[in-house]
Amino acid sequence: MTDKTQFSGVWVFAEQREGVIASVTFEALAKGRELATKRGTHLAAVLLGQGIKEKAADLFAHGADKVYYVDSSALAGANSDALTAQLAALIAQYKPEIVLGGSTICGRSVFPRVAVRAQTGLAPDCTGLDLDASGVLQATRPAYVGNVLATVVCPEHRPQMATLRPKAFKKGTPTAGRIGELIEAPAAVGDVKTKVVEVVRDAGNQVSLTAADIIVSGGRGLGGTVHFSLLTELAKEFGGAVGASRAAVDSDWINVSHQVGQTGKTVSPKLYIACGISGAIQHAAGMGSSEFIVAINKDPGAPIFEIADIGVVGDLFTVVPALIAALKNR
Amino acid sequence: MHIVVCLKQVFSTPQVRINPETNAVIREGGEWIINPFDEHALETALALKDTVGAKVTVITAGSQQAEAVLREALARGADAAVLLSDAAFEGSDAWATAKILAAGIQKVGAVDLIVCGKQTMDGDTAQVGPAVAEFLGWPCVTYVRKLAVEGTTLKLERLFEDGFEKVEVVLPAVLTVGKEINTPRMASLKGRMAAKKAQIAPVNAAALGLAPESVGRAGSPTRIVKMATPPKKTGGIKIDGSDAAAAAKTVVEKLRELKLV
Amino acid sequence: MAINYGLSEQQIEIRNIMREFALERVAPARQELDEKEEFPHALLQELGGMDMMGLYIPAEYEGFGGGSLDFCIGIEELSRICIGVSVSYAANALGSYPILLFGSDEQKKKYMPAIAKGKKYAAFGLTEANAGSDAGGIQTTAVLKGDKYILNGTKQWITNGGEADTYTIIAMTDKNKGARGASAFIVEKGMPGFSFGKKEKKLGIRASATRELVFQDCEVPKENLLSREGMGFIVAMKTLDTSRPGIGAQGVGLAQGALDEAVNYARTREQFGKPIIANQGLQWLLADMATKTEAARALLYAAARTIDSGEKDVSKVSAMCKLFSTDVAMEVTTDAVQVLGGYGYMREYPVEKMMRDAKILQIYEGTNQIQRGVIGAALIKEYASQKK
Repeated sequence: MTDKTQFSGVWVFAEQREGVIASVTFEALAKGRELATKRGTHLAAVLLGQGIKEKAADLFAHGADKVYYVDSSALAGANSDALTAQLAALIAQYKPEIVLGGSTICGRSVFPRVAVRAQTGLAPDCTGLDLDASGVLQATRPAYVGNVLATVVCPEHRPQMATLRPKAFKKGTPTAGRIGELIEAPAAVGDVKTKVVEVVRDAGNQVSLTAADIIVSGGRGLGGTVHFSLLTELAKEFGGAVGASRAAVDSDWINVSHQVGQTGKTVSPKLYIACGISGAIQHAAGMGSSEFIVAINKDPGAPIFEIADIGVVGDLFTVVPALIAALKNR
Repeated sequence: MHIVVCLKQVFSTPQVRINPETNAVIREGGEWIINPFDEHALETALALKDTVGAKVTVITAGSQQAEAVLREALARGADAAVLLSDAAFEGSDAWATAKILAAGIQKVGAVDLIVCGKQTMDGDTAQVGPAVAEFLGWPCVTYVRKLAVEGTTLKLERLFEDGFEKVEVVLPAVLTVGKEINTPRMASLKGRMAAKKAQIAPVNAAALGLAPESVGRAGSPTRIVKMATPPKKTGGIKIDGSDAAAAAKTVVEKLRELKLV
Repeated sequence: MAINYGLSEQQIEIRNIMREFALERVAPARQELDEKEEFPHALLQELGGMDMMGLYIPAEYEGFGGGSLDFCIGIEELSRICIGVSVSYAANALGSYPILLFGSDEQKKKYMPAIAKGKKYAAFGLTEANAGSDAGGIQTTAVLKGDKYILNGTKQWITNGGEADTYTIIAMTDKNKGARGASAFIVEKGMPGFSFGKKEKKLGIRASATRELVFQDCEVPKENLLSREGMGFIVAMKTLDTSRPGIGAQGVGLAQGALDEAVNYARTREQFGKPIIANQGLQWLLADMATKTEAARALLYAAARTIDSGEKDVSKVSAMCKLFSTDVAMEVTTDAVQVLGGYGYMREYPVEKMMRDAKILQIYEGTNQIQRGVIGAALIKEYASQKK
């Protein structure tokens, strides 16, 4: 139990990699702005890195009233040991009421540890956030791979922590030139026991699946590795990423990093195009929260049609090339 | 090397519903299995046992029924199993579960490495591994896809969204792994037969030195206040794709209208 | 409910493990293995780690020490998904039985542990171009020269040929004595003068390797003779008596697999506004398929238990279970294709492969006509010895 009156302010952990602030941070700032206004308090962002002070301007533009900035070489990468210690130290010092972050690999690695250090609860991977009259955060999160929506609260401990599923919240429109208070805090990264030796980006600089606005995904109906090139071509037309069902991954047609679903990645793109995917519940669990779903399948009884906004009953080997042609013809 | 693997028993099908009156989760049409990601954690430990030699202890917190996942792990080659079971543990959130597991691991004795699945497929919080590390004051490397041991140093590759990092960490440490790292082995016949006979004595809160109010519902910072079945998508329009060009035109027009392209 | 066969805890566990393995590992791979005619090396390696390769091998030779029924249950479950894989698995036993039944302790200690662990594979070489059903027509010769036998000749259609390391070979040491002039040898891959002919292209069981074994002045150490000179024919017959229930188990498993596909399809396929299983004509067909399969299983288990009881003369029962189960497999797989109609004929569905695979069961390890001959001969013997 904590003395809740000592805590105020809504914080957003600004996730950055090589000085580029993750898109989910802006989504969290927009939501955080709304919560701070409702609660009648300020919105702050926490920016941890090296030589990226000027990035605070982006955070102000997206609604932050304050930015806590810590400059340290230990914070340059996404070292979770260092980020955990630093974020926990700032929380202990400044006592925010709410701390938000992205449900990214970084957020999912750091927030649970910070929650233990801060002796408080965490609602991970949320798709909805609201406040009740007494300032208790109502965090809605899918569980049982999306079959259940649970509302989680942390009534007695502060801060209330939550990570936000990327793309589940809308970014705000930045106000250029908007300014706020920049607070520089000393580094407190503790004893860093893990050492990042090298950072390797995926070849071809592909759009990452979870960050993609558009995903073209293939399943059993593709029938082989070679046919994934057809989807790659369609994804290229859309500027999107290529996903796959478990059936396709298990058949070794495509690398597991592309797998969407219960034992793969959970995605919420604006547009999801499922090609030759039957749409078993395990797959739907990973993509059901997509904004708009197009399904192409030759089996009219395929369950994917139950969740698709547009279902094309037909052979993907004729429909996909036709789609590529139609997109080229703009 | 002594490795502890944290396991969770989950229901095999995500086809669960919520009873609107009791808020209870209704599970049907499946069976209780090892959380799929935890199978990869177990395999990580067993592979180290095969290659560099290690003792592998598996641990779970749950009711007596959860013993089944421990027996399956023994059948696959784990050396010892610990069941943390107490009525006081009921209702634990991920935070309190991590606290219980950390206490259980401390009781196991000298441990060099803890391996967890990256998340469970029911709660899906991805919280327990990192939180166990924090309760023990150990470093944690998440989403590990490759691992090599050199003395007391682990050389790892861990995934991030658009690539991977090469990371080094000195033991003791906690790792979380996904399915990229390996293919879990299946149980051997001798392993299954021996596992049937293994004695697994439950360890309770008192034995772990945990006050009942520090765990379970009372000791959990978070609480679930509402469970709902998300509104089912009603499904949209279906079009005939036998004329592929016409179907493609309809789809693209609709996407343009919605400004999706 | 299914028939309660009173299986032991161990037998139930063998069934569970093999079922999980077949569903998780074999089912996703079978179509590709069939199309590429690829030997299931990785699958057999994994079975080695699961104690399954040594199921029938005594514990003193690092096997699991199971009996005929244990082994048959393992083969049955594997065959339910793919008999191309299960024959590659079971042929190790066929190649090992001559050593297990007639080998010296030294020979067993030398060869069996590696086979039990799946580190090495075994194969049995009896058939030749002119010696199929008539094993007496063997032309491969073995001549003792100093401390070596020199083998010359060619064995044909040898399952696991080329893949196996340990071969048990029947060759003539004295052509003048006919069947009594045959002897059995253990030949290792890599022995001088031992090579392999072409890999056969087959109708079914395409995952399995079937090749010629070519012996050209092949030098085999004298100590690799199994039993005594002249025992070759007896070694072969006893080996086949012991292994035949394994083929019966392939038949039962395959029939069950085809029945599974047929019933599941019939439940979900709708025509004229209802699932096709609602048609009585189809129900009767499925009922016959199920009944025959269960009858074959009952006979198989009874035969395997007879062998496990230590009964000496098992020729008749083992021939009966091989004959009946494999004829049932052919019928049931053919009917399953019919139930699935056009889909059944397409390679996208597994029953097409099952029907192609089934045919070999009526041919290898003694054609079903030879089995009837074995049963007939046993009847003559039995009734002649009865008092009137």
